[in-house]
Amino acid sequence: MIEFRDVTKQYPDGTVAVDKLNLTVDAGTITVFVGPSGCGKTTSLRMVNRMIEATSGTILIDGKDIKDSAPASLRLGIGYVIQQAGLFPHRTVLDNVATVPLLSGWDKRKARSRAAELLETVGLPAEMGKRYPVQLSGGQQQRVGVARALAADPPILLMDEPFSAVDPVVREDLQNELLRLQDELDKTIVFVTHDIDEAVRIGEKVAVFRKGGVLAQYGTPADVLRYPADEFVASFVGRDRGYRGLSFLESSGIAVDQVPTTTVGQPVAGPVAEWVLVLDANEHPCGWLPPNTTVDGPLGSDSLVAGGSLYTTGTPLRGALDAALSSPASRGVVVDEDGKYVGVITARQVLDLIEGHPESVGKP
Amino acid sequence: MNWLSNNFDKVIDPLGPHLVISLLPVLFGLLISIPLGWVANRWPIARAILVPAAGILYTIPSLVLFLVLPPLLGTKVLDEINVIVALTIYTVALLVRSVADALAAVPPHVIAAANAMGYRPVRRFFGVELPLAVPVLIAGLRVATVSNISLTSVAAILGVPQLGGLFTDGFSVENYDEIVIGIVLIFLLAMIFDGLLLLIGRLLTPWARAGRAVEAAK
Ligand SMILES: Nc1ncnc2c1ncn2[C@@H]1O[C@H](COP(=O)(O)OP(=O)(O)OP(=O)(O)O)[C@@H](O)[C@H]1O
Ligand SMILES: [Mg+2]
Repeated sequence: MIEFRDVTKQYPDGTVAVDKLNLTVDAGTITVFVGPSGCGKTTSLRMVNRMIEATSGTILIDGKDIKDSAPASLRLGIGYVIQQAGLFPHRTVLDNVATVPLLSGWDKRKARSRAAELLETVGLPAEMGKRYPVQLSGGQQQRVGVARALAADPPILLMDEPFSAVDPVVREDLQNELLRLQDELDKTIVFVTHDIDEAVRIGEKVAVFRKGGVLAQYGTPADVLRYPADEFVASFVGRDRGYRGLSFLESSGIAVDQVPTTTVGQPVAGPVAEWVLVLDANEHPCGWLPPNTTVDGPLGSDSLVAGGSLYTTGTPLRGALDAALSSPASRGVVVDEDGKYVGVITARQVLDLIEGHPESVGKP
Repeated sequence: MNWLSNNFDKVIDPLGPHLVISLLPVLFGLLISIPLGWVANRWPIARAILVPAAGILYTIPSLVLFLVLPPLLGTKVLDEINVIVALTIYTVALLVRSVADALAAVPPHVIAAANAMGYRPVRRFFGVELPLAVPVLIAGLRVATVSNISLTSVAAILGVPQLGGLFTDGFSVENYDEIVIGIVLIFLLAMIFDGLLLLIGRLLTPWARAGRAVEAAK
């Protein structure tokens, strides 16, 4: 647990970067600091490992004032990941990851074998350990950065925009990976980003900062999106926050409708009256048959209109809206985990779910 | 070339002293310029003084230095220590700026990451900053080494025994074979030690080669 008590940071030039911050980061959770550029996120984060000293106030880790520990030894117990990964160019990937164990006095062999273990944990092949950082892609470097921060198994992890330098697809991978890791590791993570989407995706708690280093709101992502504390937070989380809300609400209890279906290879009697969903032999959707289509002989895939994206039950509701909006038949196709057809859903139904009873969405 | 076979020891004897006089200063110069470069990189004021001062030192003609040093150091004019000190000064003058620049070129986020991981300053310097400065250091050392090996011969005028003796001797008896052999030997020595440093640099910085290969592939 990390507690900020009346923490203020004023830089020598007079800039107040953080203003009387009071906030408790619960142990074993991911807390995201989010806000526009220059609002004091990095300053707040760096005060935790004393890379920046607070001007006034107290920071406690598990009830203990951080001022009572020497910075270097405090930092051995706090993993730190930054945007450019900050890997040591002159050390192999394996030795980069082994850095903190070595600094903590482990012998070389043990540190390296621990490092190899961690490469696997963050999803990198063992051979990559022999490479130098320049020989990795940005996303891979970021993974190494995470592995390095985790190497000595610190209870706390500080991450400063760790994924903002990689492209959106890789970023999503890395976010998922972090969530998966956190499931296993149960670290106390403080994650800084200026991207509200990333914040609500990753955070169990979100702290929204405003310029001048003032905490504007602190709560769960759902709270921040639904009940923004003031105009600033409302405009920061954006007008499309309902849509954003979908990204963390799951819908195991979503009600689906049925449409007529047929199977590839079967003859189709006469012109069809409405959109017909075509399935393959395994009941996986493969496309739509538009109204008034006549098919001679067995149905081949050439008469099909390609379907939109599919929505898998149990995944975030955002996907359901995507499926509905991208479907040629205006109805999103819902499938189960095995990819088998379950039913269809309209965009209206998805929207009603949020607008009608936002609190109950996601409960089965 | 008959001269060579008859005067083999005249060529071999000064070889050792020549190497000692030219290479010891490279080692001393390196040991002195690393802390000076660190200071220059650490405090802007120190840099504003040290770097120009080094530039000025380098412009002092070597002969002047060889003659000025004895009274300053309380040594005899013939003493090889004068030459070693003079060449050390040149080496420092060459390297201080390189070291300061190399340290300044270490990316700030790498230093921040090292601090955040719990490095204390001294260990960080030797574990992170200095290794990253090696390519620039090696480049500076190569220049200093080649220049010292050739500058050393100037000291022959003072009578300090080394390969330059072949020149003074050769001129006085108009033996051009002797002079040419001296030139060739000094050239070879310079090439050998330059190559040796290049090789050491390669061995110390496999990462830099990997980086160049990645750049080349782009
Ligand atoms: N060393 C410093 N000296 C003076 N002012 C500083 C210093 N570091 C940061 N600041 C100022 O303090 C404020 C907060 O900076 P900080 O880096 O914490 O912001 P941030 O929220 O991390 O921003 P970003 O999203 O751009 O990274 C800014 O106004 C910044 O200009
Ligand atoms: Mg920042």
